[in-house]
Amino acid sequence: MSTTTRETSIESVRDLPMVRITREFDAPPERVFDAHVDVEKVRRWLGPRNLTMTVQRWDAETGGGYRYTHTDADGEYRFYGSFHEVRPSERIVQTFTFEGFPDGVCLETLTLTALDGGRTRLVGTSLFESFEARDAMLASGMEVGVNEGYEQLDELLTAG
Amino acid sequence: MEDRLSRVFAALADPLRRDMVARLATDDATVNELAEPYDVSLQAVSKHIKVLEDAGLVRRSRQAQRRPVHLEAEVFDLMTAWIERYRRQVEQRYQRLDELLADEAPGSTGTSEGAAS
Repeated sequence: MSTTTRETSIESVRDLPMVRITREFDAPPERVFDAHVDVEKVRRWLGPRNLTMTVQRWDAETGGGYRYTHTDADGEYRFYGSFHEVRPSERIVQTFTFEGFPDGVCLETLTLTALDGGRTRLVGTSLFESFEARDAMLASGMEVGVNEGYEQLDELLTAG
Repeated sequence: MEDRLSRVFAALADPLRRDMVARLATDDATVNELAEPYDVSLQAVSKHIKVLEDAGLVRRSRQAQRRPVHLEAEVFDLMTAWIERYRRQVEQRYQRLDELLADEAPGSTGTSEGAAS
């Protein structure tokens, strides 16, 4: 049995409107970092497979910025933000805004820590402006559930 | 049954009430605690809780004066499933990053599409 956890863990922090994600990778911090700043690499993993990611701007450096669009059969989803700090192999701090909700801005901090065996632990925190904004994001699956998936609720109500 | 389903959907149609359900998935909370993050009156928050209670999504403890609001166990499971769905999206994204990292690993025989220079 392995003692390392590869699976993503997600934690909704109790006293701050924050979500914390922890994940480990079988590659050293330099390469995990590179996959976050080299736009050709980012394009290969960031968006879901059924979406096309087009990048309008990508300056992954301290004081830089980005803007990209995800496109699927239903339409376009645009995102943009600033790179507040890009510290090689250690830390990336950026803002994040979904244009569909232009008043919302999220502060994201990514920290990379070297582990034994050339591995890396990634800890990403997203700080929202309010608990409401945080939970709206977490509950986006709930909206899907409300809009299309009656099954779980059916089961719940039948059981009750 | 039909009525209860409508009440559940109506209760969850409101973003503030969805938010409260999400927070109650972490822990029980009093009305005061639930009201804290919002710029709305306690009375308004109480009304929202009443809607959730009538829909059978939450229940209020009768025992103590504190009367915390408690998420019904089945709803808690549902909430956990929703957060799990989000977690899976993130996990899928990171599995694609795993593939990319494996592809371009030094000495890898993977197909790098010539991207790793």
